[in-house]
Amino acid sequence: MSILINKDTKVITQGMTGKVGQFHTFHCKQYANGANCFVAGVNPKKVGEQFEGIPVYASVRDAKQATGATVSVIYVPPAGAAAAIDEAVEAELDLVICITEGIPVHDMLKTRYKMQGKKTLLIGPNCPGLITPDEIKIGIMPGHIHKKGRIGVVSRSGTLTYEAVGQLTALGYGQSSCVGIGGDPINGLKHIDVMRLFNDDPETDAVIMVGEIGGSDEEECARWIRANMKKPVVGFIAGVTAPEGKRMGHAGAIISGGQGGANEKLAVMEECGIHITRNPAEMGRTMQKLLKG
Amino acid sequence: MKIHEYQGKEILREFGVPTPRGVACFSVEEAVAAAQQLGGKVWVVKAQIHAGGRGKGGGVKVAKSLDEVKLYAGQILGMHLITHQTGPEGQVVRRLLIEEGAQIAKEFYVGMVVDRGSQRVALLASSEGGMEIEEVAKHSPQKIRTVRIDPMTGLTEVEAAQTARAIGIPDAASADAVKVLQGLYRAFVDKDAMLAEINPLVLTADNRVLALDAKFNFDSNALYRHPEIVALRDLDEEDPAEIEASKFDLSYIQLDGDIGCLVNGAGLAMATMDIIKLYGGNPANFLDVGGGASKEKVTEAFKLMLKNPHLKAILVNIFGGIMKCDVIAEGVVAAAREVSLNVPLVVRLEGTNVELGKKILAESGLPIISGNDMADAAQKVVAAAKGAK
Repeated sequence: MSILINKDTKVITQGMTGKVGQFHTFHCKQYANGANCFVAGVNPKKVGEQFEGIPVYASVRDAKQATGATVSVIYVPPAGAAAAIDEAVEAELDLVICITEGIPVHDMLKTRYKMQGKKTLLIGPNCPGLITPDEIKIGIMPGHIHKKGRIGVVSRSGTLTYEAVGQLTALGYGQSSCVGIGGDPINGLKHIDVMRLFNDDPETDAVIMVGEIGGSDEEECARWIRANMKKPVVGFIAGVTAPEGKRMGHAGAIISGGQGGANEKLAVMEECGIHITRNPAEMGRTMQKLLKG
Repeated sequence: MKIHEYQGKEILREFGVPTPRGVACFSVEEAVAAAQQLGGKVWVVKAQIHAGGRGKGGGVKVAKSLDEVKLYAGQILGMHLITHQTGPEGQVVRRLLIEEGAQIAKEFYVGMVVDRGSQRVALLASSEGGMEIEEVAKHSPQKIRTVRIDPMTGLTEVEAAQTARAIGIPDAASADAVKVLQGLYRAFVDKDAMLAEINPLVLTADNRVLALDAKFNFDSNALYRHPEIVALRDLDEEDPAEIEASKFDLSYIQLDGDIGCLVNGAGLAMATMDIIKLYGGNPANFLDVGGGASKEKVTEAFKLMLKNPHLKAILVNIFGGIMKCDVIAEGVVAAAREVSLNVPLVVRLEGTNVELGKKILAESGLPIISGNDMADAAQKVVAAAKGAK
């Protein structure tokens, strides 16, 4: 088992026919069971065409009806990406993964408002996507660094997720699922939501949680972990050296008004029983020590 | 993206928020002419820089005659204004705002932010005007009233009136206050702001409500639909290295250390700075080359880092996912040759085609130090920077 997606998940790609969409759809289709998972693309101007054998439909609703897909991944450029999420939500998909970086915050505020009371879950935007190793990869992460196993990974950053995964794999620890929740201030699933799923997943034994400066999602997740988590958690927060008031690449990675600093986050996480490391090269080994007792 | 106070007030007026009358000036002569044109007996001479805390730093003066306007304008224009937000070297004042004086009876704070927790725009209001909201939040949080605004209804008249009353604006001025709060909300949404503050919002002796200051920060992801905001950008207020970086779509922030970092991905870039510090070094910059780091981008990134006179060593840390390590290695070699690199360079490559990448570096004939993993690379670059001292 795994969380959110597995080898039987059917995926619609919104923005498949663009340059970025084509590139990543090709690699996702190559990975594990991808050829059976990626069943549809959406582009009203290219209905009836195919890319890599994947048919293009006019809308998410059409694609869902024709293929039975329940998940979509979005590569649509920033100006149209929030509308693409809205379309997937209206078509009542189970899960939408938005890779697009640079969506205006006010667009996301409106989209999140419209999602209230709807069944669709959102991962991202501005995220690498998620992967269940040896089954399915939805997103832009390099598939080959992953290994099937029993450690869950949840992170706000792309390459730092790869770093955590790479360390685990090098030490022989595989992953159940790896989820990049994205670096934007207004997004879908938070650390806490993914942590709940890992807690309930019988095939996940432990979790690495990677956070960064800005906001208070890591603190909220840490408090939830203290009260509810049955499995050990290793944590790292990027940005101990980040100056206040400067946006560190990600729109959400900013310390403002003394809030969202890495040291404060690490202190709360430690207090809540998370096994923190301050060294980003030690995420894998911290997990190893923990599991070996 | 930040703008000046006088520009912020123009936006506020556009949305029906009353402000004192004022004129932006670039010289002492313009300042005196502006005061004459405004008339009255009291003027405020205000330094226009993007940082806050201008009053405490001596950048805001009340003038009671045209001679005083001339005197203060002369003092403030060209000064290195140092505030808690500028850093120790201060910011040179190149623009002034000359404003009519206001009869202040009471000061308030109102601000708007994008609240991550509730995923709403939040209105913050307080009776403690003129103080920094962070200080109020720390010492007397009960004095801050927060309204999380429903995006479909916007800030309602009832919410605005209740907020005004809660912070102590008298009923006689309530209608004015509602206009201010609703105008601020409309400006915030229409212009894609991330943060807006009126501090202080003042009640005048004759029960009028005026925005005495205006601070805006706009969402850079939304600037494509706001050419009128882009036109307000003042490059003098930004770090030249960061402006240069933005031309090449590089995310760069200058820091005060001596080890340059070139990394792909914002999270890994921050983590690289952190690990350098952890091993006893000091990062000179944050630099995210992004997902599609071409040879040209890597070369520009090297040029940027090398402009820093404190630079003693460079660490390149790339986790090539979709981006292939051999392509990055070729970029690094070409860049190192083009810029005639004169500081030690440590490179850590991981991911797709890593062996090929390492081979390219080794065969380049350049004195590149190879890092086996993130820890090894960080330790090597810290040692190299210390050796260079």
